[in-house]
Amino acid sequence: MKQIGVDEIVEGVEKICIGANYDLGEDVMQGLQKALQIESSPLGCEILEKLIENAQIAHNERVPMCQDTGMAVLFVELGQDVHVVGGTLTVALNEGVRRGYKKGYLRKSMVMDPFERVNTGDNTPAIIHYDIVAGDKLRITVAPKGIGSENMGSLKMCKPSEGLDGAMQFVVDTVDKAGSNPCPPIVVGVGVGGTMEKATFLAKKALIRSLGEANSDPRIAKIEQELLERINRLGIGPQGFGGTVTALAVHMEVFPTHIGGMPVAVNLNCHATRHQEIILEGSEA
Amino acid sequence: MTDVIRLETPLTQDKVAMLKAGDNVLLSGIVYTARDAAHKKMVEALGRGEALPFDVKDQIIYFVGPAPAKEGQVIGSAGPTTSGRMDAYSPIMIGQGLTGMIGKGLRSEEVIEAMQEHGAVYFGAIGGAGALIAKRIVASEVIAYPELGPEAVRRIEVKDFPAIVIIDSQGNNLYETGKAKYRQA
Repeated sequence: MKQIGVDEIVEGVEKICIGANYDLGEDVMQGLQKALQIESSPLGCEILEKLIENAQIAHNERVPMCQDTGMAVLFVELGQDVHVVGGTLTVALNEGVRRGYKKGYLRKSMVMDPFERVNTGDNTPAIIHYDIVAGDKLRITVAPKGIGSENMGSLKMCKPSEGLDGAMQFVVDTVDKAGSNPCPPIVVGVGVGGTMEKATFLAKKALIRSLGEANSDPRIAKIEQELLERINRLGIGPQGFGGTVTALAVHMEVFPTHIGGMPVAVNLNCHATRHQEIILEGSEA
Repeated sequence: MTDVIRLETPLTQDKVAMLKAGDNVLLSGIVYTARDAAHKKMVEALGRGEALPFDVKDQIIYFVGPAPAKEGQVIGSAGPTTSGRMDAYSPIMIGQGLTGMIGKGLRSEEVIEAMQEHGAVYFGAIGGAGALIAKRIVASEVIAYPELGPEAVRRIEVKDFPAIVIIDSQGNNLYETGKAKYRQA
C-alpha cells in the first residue's frame, strides 16, 4: 500500500487555494474571449474586456481576482490503496486552507456560528466532500465559492409529472430571478435526481468540470445546450446590464432517484468559476 | 466605447439630479466602505440616538469587504459585494443624507422609493473585477469598527473608479431596461 504524508497534503492544498484565487483557468479565459465575440451589447463587451483585464492583473501581480476569495470547498478523491500517514486527513486539509488563505493574502470570510457571526480568522473550516475511489492516488480539487453567487442557488423537489420541461423551467427561472446578483456571465451547475442533498451536491460538482465540456451522455449534453440557449435569451447579460451572454455554460449531472421524486438543484458560479486541483502520488511504504 | 462622465465627490444634489441610469462614470474623491455587519452596527447606533462614525450627508458608501493588502498595496482586491443584503439598512442611511451607493445586484422597492424621495443614486461596480478596482483606490484608512476585520468602515480615496449608474434618482433602472432590450423570451 502506498503512503502520502500529511505535510505533502498541507502544502498541496495551500498552493491550490492561492492558485485558484489568483489564476483564471485557461478554459474560462477562452470562454470569456468567445463571449466577447458573440455579445451584442457594447456595454456588455466593455464589461467582458474589463473582466479579462482583471484576470491579467491578478495573474501578473499575484493578487486575488476577487475580494470574495470564498469558502474553501474541497472535493477529495482518496484512492482506496493509499494510506495517509503522520496525521489526520481532515486536519491536514484544513491546515492547508489556513496557510493558503494567510500566505496568499486571501480574505477570511468564515464566521464560526451562523447566528453569532464571529469571524474564525483563518477561513476554516473548509467544506469537504470525500469520495473513496479505486487506485493509489489522492486527488484534491478546491473550488473557492463566493457568496454572491452561492446565495442565488436553489432547490426544487419537483414532481415526476413536471418532467424534463418542468425541470428546465425551474433552472431558467432560477437564473432569471438571480439577475445581476451572481456576477454574470455565470456558469450554471444543475443536479437532478437522488435525494435533496445528492441533487445539490451534483449541482456543485458539475461546476468543477472544464468550462463548456459537455456531459458525456449526449442526451444530457443536448439538454445543457438547450438550457444555455434559453438562458442567453433572458437578456440579463454581463453584470446584468443587458446583453446576450448571461451564461458561459450549463453543466448538468443526473443520478437515479425515487419513483415518487425528481429533485432539481441549481448552483450558480460567477464568471471566474474558480477551481484548481492537485493529484498526489503515494510513495512506497 | 460608451461616453464617460467624470464625477467628483461629495455627491451633492445638483450632481445627483444630473445622473441617469446607464451613465458610464469615472468617480474620484472620498468614498466610505461598509457592508453587512457595519450597516447593522450603524443602524443600531442611530436607534440608540448616537452619531454615525462619519457624516453621511452627500457621501457615497461602497459595499465592499476588501482582501488583505499585500506589502506595498494600498488595499487588497476590492470589488463590490451584493447590495441586496443592505436593503434593510439603506433607506435609513439615505434618510440621514446619504446620496450614493456603489455595489452590485438588485435593490428592493423600499430602497428605490427612498432614493427618489431624498435624491440618491445607485452605482454598479464590476462584480468580480476586484484586482482592477483596487488599482483605482489611492488611499485607505479604517475609521470605525476595526474589530470587524474585512467588514470595518474605511474612508477610501478613489481615482477614476469605473462605475455605471444602475438606478437614478428618478427610479429609472438599468437592470430592467437593459434586460428588456435584449430579452427574446
